[in-house]
Amino acid sequence: MGYWNEECECMPPERLRSLQEKLLRNTVSRVYQEVPFYRHSFQKIGLKPEDIQTLDDLGKLPFTTKDDLRDNYPYGLFAVPLSEVIRLHASSGTTGKPTVVGYSRHDISVWAEVMARALTCCGASHDSKIQNAYGYGLFTGGLGVHYGAELIGASVIPVSGGHTKRQIMIMKDFRSTILTCTPSYALHLAEVMEELGVSKEDLSLEGGLFGAEPWSLGLRGQIEARLGIKALDIYGISEVLGPGVAVECPAKEGLHIWGDHFLAEIVDPESGEQLPPGSYGELVITTLTKEALPMIRYRTRDITRILPDGPCSCGRTHPKIDRCQGRTDDMLVIRGVNVFPSQIEEVLFRISHTEPFYLIIVERRGTLDELEVWVEVSDLVFSDEIRKLETLERRIRQEIEVVLGISVRVKLVEPKTIERYEGKAKRIIDRRNL
Amino acid sequence: MPIKQITVFLENKCGRLSSVAGLIGDEGINIRAFSVADTTDFGILRLIVNDPQRAYEALRREDYTVRMTEVVAVQIPDHPGGLAEVLTLMQEAGINIEYLYAFVAKLSGDALAVFRVENVRVAEQLMLGKGLKVLSGEEVYNL
Repeated sequence: MGYWNEECECMPPERLRSLQEKLLRNTVSRVYQEVPFYRHSFQKIGLKPEDIQTLDDLGKLPFTTKDDLRDNYPYGLFAVPLSEVIRLHASSGTTGKPTVVGYSRHDISVWAEVMARALTCCGASHDSKIQNAYGYGLFTGGLGVHYGAELIGASVIPVSGGHTKRQIMIMKDFRSTILTCTPSYALHLAEVMEELGVSKEDLSLEGGLFGAEPWSLGLRGQIEARLGIKALDIYGISEVLGPGVAVECPAKEGLHIWGDHFLAEIVDPESGEQLPPGSYGELVITTLTKEALPMIRYRTRDITRILPDGPCSCGRTHPKIDRCQGRTDDMLVIRGVNVFPSQIEEVLFRISHTEPFYLIIVERRGTLDELEVWVEVSDLVFSDEIRKLETLERRIRQEIEVVLGISVRVKLVEPKTIERYEGKAKRIIDRRNL
Repeated sequence: MPIKQITVFLENKCGRLSSVAGLIGDEGINIRAFSVADTTDFGILRLIVNDPQRAYEALRREDYTVRMTEVVAVQIPDHPGGLAEVLTLMQEAGINIEYLYAFVAKLSGDALAVFRVENVRVAEQLMLGKGLKVLSGEEVYNL
């Protein structure tokens, strides 16, 4: 499988590092001059742009958080005049004001470039028909993929999210070869296909890029088997760019984060201290080429780790991060134990045939947190014997308890009890009033 | 030939049983025998109906978790000790019973019971060998 931009993607590591240091110095001096917020936050800790010379100085820079974006709503962190901004996107803003992100013409072309690299990873070329089922609109997913697909010269089908039956008809009739959407929606498509009697052989799909939410390897296996494709993980965050910041290569051994545009660090979510490669923590990203909205050490709230350096079998030299394990905000602290929905999801897959539809409910009875997991019973695991169902329930419970180290109640529920979202899946109901 | 039983997964929630019964009735399907087994969280409804395939499809359409299982219908002499005689014969034949339940209807004066056993087809031959009156699907569905 080829590269989109071999010279960049396979750049020798030393050259990449010196490029990064040059771009970092530029970015730091530019934000200091152009963005009062950064100038003040540097001055508060006595930091001068000249103090940042190499990548080892990165830790001296202050963090930027989602709250900083909200406090400077809508345009306060922009580093170019609005006349140079050609696109605005915004996050959903479930907790108050949305966060607004802007792009210069150059930013849009960089975005298309990294998305073209990502799509090429999953086999796209100018011959591909890319069905883009990410939402178009203020959400960065839809247009981000769209511009990358057009840059490649593929035929983009801008179907956007939702209208599942129509998606399936289009996928079949237009002979779409690449699918892009959230992993939970890909699984929903597979389910509805089965209901409609459309088999994967009726489709022409070959690959897919799935992201915008953490997903397990088990879910990947399901999507690959049921849609008959190679499914790769794509990472992005709108505050930094949108989809395409990092992408899994065909070797499936981590996601390359494009080092000519972004710097990645892992920090302890509590203390903010840098963690060594291999340790899980919060991903922090610094942009190196963003013009309109540069980000200095942005706290993504995504939990992952940087994989140890070393050549990747795909030939790309850019650093790799692991698949996201969850969000620092999704992390539930139950009786002092950190719990991520992805851990429970992995268990459900391991117990073969169990459909990955589950809901985690946390309640506080008295002073004690109680964890309950609802799991939908699929036809595959259903039995006419109570004994077998009870054994299944017990096995799920025991395996979750082994993984989490805390007790849990498992409840088998009827299919379609757990709400399906066409965008991101909701996996947690926290009824504690913390 | 063993007969087909429909099993439906039900959460212990108000109205679940009646919605299944309603669905079956609306399809014009007649229930011949049924049993409900339950735990604290969920129950399973087992049904013998006159048209198992259609009942199965109707329930699937409504997103129920459904399973079709083979069971054996056996005539039980309607007198004190009748069930015991049948069970003794089955025990002698080495047939292990998972569960059983009775029919509402009778056949030529005898009671009827559904037996869920391991290895249904072998069990059926063993029962016939013991002189038990085993009913065919046709006989049961057309009761």
